[in-house]
Amino acid sequence: MGTIPQEHYEPKEGTTSKWINDRLPIMGMIDHLQKFPTPKNLNYAYVFGGILVLFLVIQIVTGIVLAMHYQTGEASAFKSVEHIMRDVNYGWLLRYAHANGASFFFIAVYAHIFRGLYYGSYKAPREILWIIGVLIFVVMMATAFMGYVLPWGQMSFWGAKVITSLFGAIPLVGESLKEWLWGGPFVGDATLNRMFSLHYLLPFVIAGLTVLHIWALHHVGNTNPTGVEVRKESLETVKKDTVPFTPFYVTKDLFAILVFLIAFAFFVYFAPNYLGHPDNYIEANPLATPAHIVPEWYFLPFYAILRAITFDIFWIIPAKLGGVLAMFGAIAILAFAPWLDTSNVRSTTYRPIYRWWFIVLVIDFFVLMWAGGQPAEGIVPLVSLLATIYWFAHFLIVLPVVGLIEKPLPRPETIEEAFRAKHSDDDNDRNQSAGIAAQPAE
Amino acid sequence: MTTMIATNLPASPRSLRNKGTDMRYTIASVLTAALVTVSSAALAAGGGKIKDHDFSFDGMFGAYDQAQLQRGFQVYEAVCSGCHGMKHVAFRTLADENGPGFSPEAVKAIAANYEVADEEGEPGDTRPAKPFDYFPTPDVGGNPPDMSLLGKARNGGADYIYSLMLGYTGEEKEAGDVILYENTAYGGYLNMAPPLYGDDVEYADGTEPTLKQVSADISAFLMWAAEPKLVERKQAGVWSMTFLLFFATLVWFTNRKVWARVKHPEDHS
Repeated sequence: MGTIPQEHYEPKEGTTSKWINDRLPIMGMIDHLQKFPTPKNLNYAYVFGGILVLFLVIQIVTGIVLAMHYQTGEASAFKSVEHIMRDVNYGWLLRYAHANGASFFFIAVYAHIFRGLYYGSYKAPREILWIIGVLIFVVMMATAFMGYVLPWGQMSFWGAKVITSLFGAIPLVGESLKEWLWGGPFVGDATLNRMFSLHYLLPFVIAGLTVLHIWALHHVGNTNPTGVEVRKESLETVKKDTVPFTPFYVTKDLFAILVFLIAFAFFVYFAPNYLGHPDNYIEANPLATPAHIVPEWYFLPFYAILRAITFDIFWIIPAKLGGVLAMFGAIAILAFAPWLDTSNVRSTTYRPIYRWWFIVLVIDFFVLMWAGGQPAEGIVPLVSLLATIYWFAHFLIVLPVVGLIEKPLPRPETIEEAFRAKHSDDDNDRNQSAGIAAQPAE
Repeated sequence: MTTMIATNLPASPRSLRNKGTDMRYTIASVLTAALVTVSSAALAAGGGKIKDHDFSFDGMFGAYDQAQLQRGFQVYEAVCSGCHGMKHVAFRTLADENGPGFSPEAVKAIAANYEVADEEGEPGDTRPAKPFDYFPTPDVGGNPPDMSLLGKARNGGADYIYSLMLGYTGEEKEAGDVILYENTAYGGYLNMAPPLYGDDVEYADGTEPTLKQVSADISAFLMWAAEPKLVERKQAGVWSMTFLLFFATLVWFTNRKVWARVKHPEDHS
């Protein structure tokens, strides 16, 4: 199936498995997934993919049940959410899990993206894998945005209005496009109903893209912290560099998932509204604008970029359009990382100069997040602008230039060697701390 | 690509181990940045001064004090309900075990004190409310907010309501044809006259109705009105966390055992 040699699936004669597999090779596919050769040396930065699959499932399952009780429409949406919270059995749990689930979905996706950037997961031959990931991220943002509109609170309404109004900035077609999105001359019933329809549709688009993402992953194989590829010459070399996914990464990912779920459960049960905004418990009122219209925390970095452009660019692009282009550009630029990065070293671990720039990028991301949550006054617009400039400069200047001038550190020859070096050190440490001379046990 | 990357000098185990610290260093930087972001966001919240009152429902094991909710309801009925409705709160929920816990008879009597629209009569007709009805919205000017969700619709929640009740400075000013009242919790002037003064109600349970007591009771009641499932939620949370911690511990040991053979093959040969 993939480029990594893997033991061929051979069901026994006369078994049901063989009967099925001769007609639909699904048993072979399950076998492939179970035994997928996965690099031995993955660290805990590699657990977020599994966590994301789980959260997609959590969101779809809680969302489907919520949709059984939710009533779209200006007059009924807010009321039906309160009905869910007060009268539906465990409705409070469903809704709090769904709302906080969105936040934890984004925590995991940001960790997953920065993991990919650090370990060069976007480099050949994983460009398509990476681009599908960027697409999933974009669809996730659209889905989360539309979901936030559904309770029809003050932030739902005003957030929807501000964000959809952005499309009005597009030259010539902007105004018509905006009305087309709204389904009329204002944000109302028609807008809310389509948001609900699309919020129900898009998760299944994400699920489809996720299948492609995992398919591409199983074709090219995982990266790993050394960035050195699995030796694909033969089954023997593959076995030296990898372990089968089951049981090794089933137990490891499950442990990580449980730790992540503990943090998630803490918010759901003990601080369910901490990540939300109090104004969204006030029913939407088109006549009363909230003091500060703030998106959910996971949109803040890109919201900061949107607001950072307060001037016309090159005298021809008006500020509003500039902001919109910058915001979408800041996401789109991720997709070009495979071609902007000129270094042929995957893992940042062996890139002494780029490492610092990576840290700057992460800090930049948090600075943008901070700026997006502040009223646009005082020092905030300047900070937003500088942080926005760095975001683009990182991809357009740092990635190409550092790759050309940097002298990478020596890397291990193979994954096997790196893995053994790490764990023989462990053994020495362990034996020394136990007062035993380092020697092989019998 | 593979061969290109692997053409460097073979690295010694020592240098490989040093590289292992890089990711940890990066994670430390990331966490520091996250902490700065979160704490500055917390500082930015709220305009007025909010006192942190010690409510019985605070914390992981917190629960509503039923006597306090009953007192708080008395305050709502005697004072707030003149202007503020609670259109998402049904009378029947006043009997909730984890809420005020009034008897079914008491709930019927309470409901009968309120007039609601009579959907079977002429438009505009009213009838006494029944337990399945919702608290009606009084027909008054000035647009007083519905109280169903106030406990969650303000920064600070119940602490905010408590602080607002105690935050009037006595300063007033006229704006057009309304009088505005200065309040330190609101952080400026608002158009609600001080609603509580102490001795606003005579408590059925004999508690002395000082201003602080009455303010705390109404705040607790409004928190219940906004979040009637808080007690169920926290109880479920304690069980869920216990289960997750226990399961995670088991999986941690399982995972260690599974990997031991690969990480330390010499121990298993």
